[in-house]
Amino acid sequence: MASYIAKRLLVIPLLLLVFSIVIFFLIQAPPGDFMTTYSAILAGSGSSMDNEQLNLMRIDYGLDKPMHIQYIRWMGKLLHGDMGLSLLYMLPNTKLIGDRIGLTVLLAFFSFILSWLIAIPAGIYSATHKNSIGDYFFTVINYIGVAIPNFFLALLLMWICYDLWGLNLVGLFSPKYEMAPWSWAKVGDLLSHIWLPSLILALGGSARLTRIMRANLLDELGKPYMITGRAKGMSEWALVMKYPVRLAINPLVSTIGNYIPQLFSGSLVVATVMNLQNIGPLLLQALSMQDMYLSGSILLVYCLLAIIGTILSDMLLVWVDPRIRME
Amino acid sequence: MTQKKGSSSKQNEFTMIADKENAEEFSSSASEEKVSVASNWKLVWWRYRKNRLAVISLFLLFFVLTIIIFPDFYANQYSEKTNAREAYIPIQKIHFFKDGKVDLWAEKLVGKRNMKTLAMEWVSDPAQSVDVQFFGKGFQWKFLFWNTERHLLVPADASTRIFILGSDRMGRDQWSRLMYATKTSLTVGMVSVLISVLLGVLLGGISGYFGGTADMIIQRLIEILNSVPYVPIWMAMTAALPRNWSSEQRFFAITVILSLLGWTTLGREVRGKFLSIREEDYVLAAELIGCSKFRIIANHMVPTFLSHIIATGTLMIPQMIVNETSLSFLGLGLRPPAISYGVMLQEAQNVKTMAQAPWLMIPGLVVVIAVLMFNLAGDGLRDAADPYSK
Repeated sequence: MASYIAKRLLVIPLLLLVFSIVIFFLIQAPPGDFMTTYSAILAGSGSSMDNEQLNLMRIDYGLDKPMHIQYIRWMGKLLHGDMGLSLLYMLPNTKLIGDRIGLTVLLAFFSFILSWLIAIPAGIYSATHKNSIGDYFFTVINYIGVAIPNFFLALLLMWICYDLWGLNLVGLFSPKYEMAPWSWAKVGDLLSHIWLPSLILALGGSARLTRIMRANLLDELGKPYMITGRAKGMSEWALVMKYPVRLAINPLVSTIGNYIPQLFSGSLVVATVMNLQNIGPLLLQALSMQDMYLSGSILLVYCLLAIIGTILSDMLLVWVDPRIRME
Repeated sequence: MTQKKGSSSKQNEFTMIADKENAEEFSSSASEEKVSVASNWKLVWWRYRKNRLAVISLFLLFFVLTIIIFPDFYANQYSEKTNAREAYIPIQKIHFFKDGKVDLWAEKLVGKRNMKTLAMEWVSDPAQSVDVQFFGKGFQWKFLFWNTERHLLVPADASTRIFILGSDRMGRDQWSRLMYATKTSLTVGMVSVLISVLLGVLLGGISGYFGGTADMIIQRLIEILNSVPYVPIWMAMTAALPRNWSSEQRFFAITVILSLLGWTTLGREVRGKFLSIREEDYVLAAELIGCSKFRIIANHMVPTFLSHIIATGTLMIPQMIVNETSLSFLGLGLRPPAISYGVMLQEAQNVKTMAQAPWLMIPGLVVVIAVLMFNLAGDGLRDAADPYSK
């Protein structure tokens, strides 16, 4: 196990190197640079900067250097844990991202747990009560859960809550705690807000998981060992929970690797709609303002989170299913 | 979901094809003969039509196809026709009866300014009505090579406008815009899936048929692409597109961008199929009589799992539609003047607007319906794709 984990961890830097090259290529691809956008903003607000000043700032920030030099400088800084300066906020990117990374992971984690908490019981119920009303109910919910884009679900719920109860469901904190330092009260406030976006994110994933769980369990329920169990007089509940459910969960665990990157993708869109303070809206802003090092750093962080998630899921799979050989 | 891998039933093909409920249909020897000589596609269709929801979805999809080809016919006014005085008009109901007689008319909405909130309030005036008719005359459009003015549903008086699904902030008709959005969004979805399928078959085929280094490289590529969160990367890619590109260029670029990350699932499946049939006798036979590699792949191997590819492809379309909608909604996909579901939904971005004009969310419902249809049809196709299995 230890050597397996070590091998997987060793691949991370390699993957990140590949991603960093692709990402750098992407973020510097748009014509113009931050200074072009910056002068446009200044012009919009009435003041202006002449070209000489802009060029001086370009030299200051190293935006005048050729591409590969810029990349090497960026990488060099990154290796020292410095993600550069956000030209948009005039703050270090490490701080901007660091402030929001916790909420990003937390949101993904909560929706992950929620999707499993919904999917496994629903899948078990659907399989053991095949073609019952409950089974059809879950099937319908699943079809809709897969079909509804999660940002639209967020919009819909926000509208319903606003229309019925006058609630404005945006953000992760009440206004009172928005700027407050961390305290237990703030954590409680966060928990009372985070469940809704988590649920919205979880629904699409849990719909897929329920379908897989139901199909796998149905395959297992027909096996001869079930008859043996019944013949021995096991109670139905214990029989189902002890053998087929454990087997049916394994293929589910193997889907986690693909599911986690999707969760981060989804959280980005939902966070933008619901104005959650995670790194999603920050990325959107950075991309549209051409704040290239901020967007580059965020993209890299997304990739890192996804890779870690994939590796965790692989390890979980090995732990859950001992039959899997570690290569 | 319902595909079972039960391998115990190794009876003859007829009983495998005939499901229990349709057993009598195949019981006579005549129909047995029918089954034994039927082509692969016929068997797929026989199995497919047993799934009622899938059949309904397929017919609806054919209907939607006509919207994609002739959106102008279904629209009743120019998509960009604006009028600030007709902003946020609610849904104008269409009635089919008047005084107990069949008569097509729409409610006449009259706007009044609420002096407290200063917002316009539109109420239906029972004393007035707007005559509407099917296949009436509206703006001119081109049907294949001919100019025509016929539209599905237009007001009898061409100078008035009707808003079947309400109007938006700029007084544009949602119904007409929705028709053009359907064309754009579904085309993006289908074309990007087409490109993904081509990429997936090509790369998966190379990987599975040739193996070795090519297989290793392609497998690593798929692993890397699978561990990427798609939306942020798509956002970075679309943000990198030059801003002065025309709508058409942007449309094409976004289609390609969506397919660049989308081919991996299919690539894996195709590779698996190639690996399993590479060892079959008929492939060996084809090799021995000197068929070229390309001929073996294209004529002998691909047709055996073509139905699988189509099923997987159909199930990919809804994902692509949702992706395009999300990106356009965030302002990084298609941009006005292009009209897509996502672009239309941008109008409904904040809660206050939605509370004032809930009909702005209709494009979202249409997305859900479109996705459902593709999913149901795709599921049916997947279950029917392999007519020789039970």
